[in-house]
Amino acid sequence: MSVSGVIARQFDRATLIAFACVVVLLLIGAMVEPAFLSPKYLIQQLHTASFLGVVASGVMLVILLGHIDLSIPWTIGVGGMMATGATGFLGPEWGVTLAVPFGVLCGALIGTVNGLGVAYLRAPAMIFTLGMNAVAQGLMVYHTGGFAPQDRATEFMRELAVGHFIPGIPNPLLIWIILGAAIVFMLNRSVLGRRIYAVGNQERSVFLSGIDTRKVILACFIFSGSCAALTGVLLAGWANRSYQAMGDPYLLPTIAAIILGGTNVLGGRGKYVGTIAGVILITILQSMLSVVQPQRYFAQLGVDIPADTFRQVVFGVVIIGMLLIYGRQQLVR
Amino acid sequence: MNVSSEPADMVSRQKYFGWVGRLSAAQRGVLIAMLIFATMFIVYGWKQAAGLSPNMINTAANKGALLALVAMAQTLPVITRGLDLSVGATFVLANCLASTIVVGGPIETTFGIFGVLLLGLACGAVNGVIIVYGRLQPLIATLATSAVYFGIALAIRPQPGGLVNFELADFMTRSTFAVPHTVLLLLAVVVFIWIPYRRSVLGRAAFAIGSSEQAAYMSGIPINRAKMLAYTLSGLLASIGGILLTALTYSGAAKMSIANEYTLNSIGAVVIGGTSLFGGVGSAVGSIFGAFVMRTVGDLLIVFDINPVLQPLFVGVVLLVAVSLGSLRVLRIKNRLDIYR
Repeated sequence: MSVSGVIARQFDRATLIAFACVVVLLLIGAMVEPAFLSPKYLIQQLHTASFLGVVASGVMLVILLGHIDLSIPWTIGVGGMMATGATGFLGPEWGVTLAVPFGVLCGALIGTVNGLGVAYLRAPAMIFTLGMNAVAQGLMVYHTGGFAPQDRATEFMRELAVGHFIPGIPNPLLIWIILGAAIVFMLNRSVLGRRIYAVGNQERSVFLSGIDTRKVILACFIFSGSCAALTGVLLAGWANRSYQAMGDPYLLPTIAAIILGGTNVLGGRGKYVGTIAGVILITILQSMLSVVQPQRYFAQLGVDIPADTFRQVVFGVVIIGMLLIYGRQQLVR
Repeated sequence: MNVSSEPADMVSRQKYFGWVGRLSAAQRGVLIAMLIFATMFIVYGWKQAAGLSPNMINTAANKGALLALVAMAQTLPVITRGLDLSVGATFVLANCLASTIVVGGPIETTFGIFGVLLLGLACGAVNGVIIVYGRLQPLIATLATSAVYFGIALAIRPQPGGLVNFELADFMTRSTFAVPHTVLLLLAVVVFIWIPYRRSVLGRAAFAIGSSEQAAYMSGIPINRAKMLAYTLSGLLASIGGILLTALTYSGAAKMSIANEYTLNSIGAVVIGGTSLFGGVGSAVGSIFGAFVMRTVGDLLIVFDINPVLQPLFVGVVLLVAVSLGSLRVLRIKNRLDIYR
């Protein structure tokens, strides 16, 4: 197959709609504020988007399997808090050097428990990961309550989140690009990628083909946990500190981005390019809301409505609206 | 309604377990939840220095009843093999609205209560329409609507506060002959909502859909209407919980953490109460006891002098254990192929 064919195959209808929405939003924004189309603003948006992009990369694989990972809010928290608090576990020297791998490893551990529960115990993923989220929350609350741990980001974490290894490209964006390229290659050109799509379509058939589907599921959950924890590490570096509810605002946008990108919630179908489009769309939407500030107009009318209301309502409505356009289930009877 | 057990299995069960063996899966679930709750509550009362005073029972009942109502709300969609992640948000939204309109004289209060209940019905109906006619996944649809409902709650009550009719609040927190009024409320909900629903055509249809939607469709069961009713009633039950919360706290607060906590705990309560997450088996009565079990876990931590910050950890562990116990069927499956969908 030609290279152009391979590239064209990555863009399905949902991806094109999502990218079109991004362009329309930017044009509307540019009419209000010309700075919307400046390279500086766009790079800044991509910088913000890369945090969401990293966590969405992991969750997307889990959704492709037909499962879901609802434990990401506190896995992000675990990643950030364990990385900043690594000195308490590994000592002052190793704790600084190994802060990032330690944080990611803790996320991978949560992913492992999720994977074991879903793949080997056959527990429903949405309930099991929801329970794991509570467990991670409990552990972190205990951790901060008991030991008053270090919550400052290390120099390296700070550099990782705000520095520029390649001039012009912020480091998180670079990480997202590398991670994304690896996932695109993995999904399209590797045995594991084929198996992920196959399990998402019909696990039974894959099992009958002599493949241990449980290992595929376990691997994806571990990857999802690691990605969420990596996001936590980056966010801790970005804010220069870690705090308890740092992952809470990420659950809905992550799932929304993946689904807006055309990934089927029941698994088996979806392209990574779509997820990229969804992540950028969600980020621009968030940014637009904070620039336009609809609460000001309501305040002029004498109605006091908090800004968070608009974020929540717009998110909910956009997700449902987009899904009604292209995410409806077939009537299979 | 699951027909997985063969007749031979039934006979041996009756032989070894007597009348317990004759119970349906849902009834056994309720019984187990009841026993766990009774054991935990006896241990709690025994460890408590002051013993079990009516006052203490009242406090425990009030806390448990809130979760019990939300858990009952969660039970109905779960029976149809769905899920409602917006019960917590509906509960918080009803709380915020009730703290605004359930005030003033008896007439205003009555209208206010009806208004909140209507809002609950509307929230549930919106979920139902999106899931049934929009054909979206319950998980994603209710996750999205929960954001919308929470946003509206925040608009109604940006800062915690508000008022509630004092007589109503006073009545709900008291008890008659050591029977807390919240327990009477739960009883009323079971008698006037759950039992008629369970016995109605659409209620039975919900169980059939949960067992096998395809078979239910082939049998001409009104699938769409049954699902609509399940989600709508779920919203109603959650809003009753919201009104009770307003009466118990004298205020309304739009807090994401409350919504999330109640949604999570409601799923735990449903599982402990013997309702199958795979649909088709379950009872709202079991969920009530499941809710009381979840709440007593917290109280037990306090009397056993365990750090209260560990409570979310224990709730999570209880949920994981409950879900994993349900997965023990994996060990009994003889043909490994049946494990996979």
